[in-house]
Amino acid sequence: MKRSLTAFLFFAALLAAWQVVFQAKVWSPVLAPSPASVGRYLWNALRDGTLEGSTLVTMKRLFLGYVIGIAAGVPLGMLTAQFRAMRDTLGVLALGLQGLPSVCWVPLALLWFGQSEGAMLFVVVMGTLWSVILATDSGVRNVNPIYVRAARTMGSRRLHTWVMVIMPASLPFIVSGMKQGWAFAWRSLMAAEIFVTILTGFGLGQLLHYGRELNAMDQVIGIMLVIVFIGLLADKVLFSPWESFLHRRWGTDK
Amino acid sequence: MTLQQELSASPSAKLAVKDVSKTFPMRGGRVQALDHVTLNVSEGEFVCLVGPSGCGKSTLLNIIAGLETFDEGTVCSDGAPIRGPGRDRMVMFQEPALFPWLDAFSNVMFGLKLKPGLADSERREVAQYYLKLVGLERFEHANIHELSGGMKQRLALARAMAPNPRVLLMDEPFAALDAITREQLYGDLQRIWQERRKTILFVTHNVREAACLGDRVVLFSPHPGRIREEFRIPLPRPRDINSVDLAEHSIEIMRALKGHLGDTEVHE
Repeated sequence: MKRSLTAFLFFAALLAAWQVVFQAKVWSPVLAPSPASVGRYLWNALRDGTLEGSTLVTMKRLFLGYVIGIAAGVPLGMLTAQFRAMRDTLGVLALGLQGLPSVCWVPLALLWFGQSEGAMLFVVVMGTLWSVILATDSGVRNVNPIYVRAARTMGSRRLHTWVMVIMPASLPFIVSGMKQGWAFAWRSLMAAEIFVTILTGFGLGQLLHYGRELNAMDQVIGIMLVIVFIGLLADKVLFSPWESFLHRRWGTDK
Repeated sequence: MTLQQELSASPSAKLAVKDVSKTFPMRGGRVQALDHVTLNVSEGEFVCLVGPSGCGKSTLLNIIAGLETFDEGTVCSDGAPIRGPGRDRMVMFQEPALFPWLDAFSNVMFGLKLKPGLADSERREVAQYYLKLVGLERFEHANIHELSGGMKQRLALARAMAPNPRVLLMDEPFAALDAITREQLYGDLQRIWQERRKTILFVTHNVREAACLGDRVVLFSPHPGRIREEFRIPLPRPRDINSVDLAEHSIEIMRALKGHLGDTEVHE
């Protein structure tokens, strides 16, 4: 209760500071709109359905790409951890491509897939996959070998050992890899949406882009707030429960 | 199957190690970890292997556990040659090696779930029996990090005993504990062993500990790892590690050890 009050006061103060700056007329109101006009934009966008529609389009792209990235990344990371040949090939590739900012995939995706959902999906998967591979790889390689030995004496073999011992033992790493993958997927999708207009769906990135085209600063800031909010929400809904479970079980709580 | 039937289902086994040798590669050359080691352990016997670090006693234990290979010789459990790890031989390591993602009860259930022929309710009953045997019945749902060092080793003992192995292999399981906790565990282990009569092979570098726990103490010397001498400890149980009779035995073993070694790498 006390913590949420602190948070509330902090954000209220931030909002108040914004209002003060606006009223002091430091910058032109065209470039720095008031909190009220941003709020008005968001309210109207909600009322006419553009905000919900765009959010839905963006979330669909994000989830699909993210799920594919995880579904492929976790097993591939296990392979690189298990086989030296995989580590020397796919592992190096993953390390290299993880360092490539995912927005760099956009031109290639456009040429390969055209202005289609496929291009979006490709960019999101490329943004997620490599960091998930690397996190899973280091998670599996950090599993204390004594767990595997103990499991073997109890009759655990290959697949059982992987599923019941190595995977749960590397879970803290995998979850932080999934979290990082999420952040990368989110960034890459926004970059793609800002750059590319796709007629089959109008996402949040595109709303942001058209805010700039129309010089509608209230729209730009409003959409940015929505993007920040979705990021926070994802953290609370998707990752916090896992992380607090891990902290409780592993005793890594502060 | 009732709990009683399950508990009495697998009698303890005898172990026969004959002429076993093993070398490790090391810095260009090879190190002889075990040199023609022969050891027989009868059903339900408690044998302690003592020696300084690097004498091959843990290697021998791992070979019997099926976790390590060897170059020469034969190793049999009840006449059957050992080829890899098996449920009939459970191991307790120096680290508890408990799974932190499972609670205490599920740790004990891990090996039981891999044991065929039991209904789930029977497995739970067996797990509860062993948790009670080691005095952890109130900590069923505890997370591993919430348990003290001694409790962790007691839980590891329960987990190793739950699938009802015929042999229990213990690799310095108490070495990382403080002295008071260790003394409690000597008492617990003797009580549990008297109740459940498993064949136990117990590796330690602590001579007093060996004299306190073993029916027989087998002395190893390093470079190459060989069995030097054996001592019978005919004292009644439960034994107190601080008793005078026990001290006499451990002094005798200690002398023999120093005679073979010429240095004092060993804790009394």
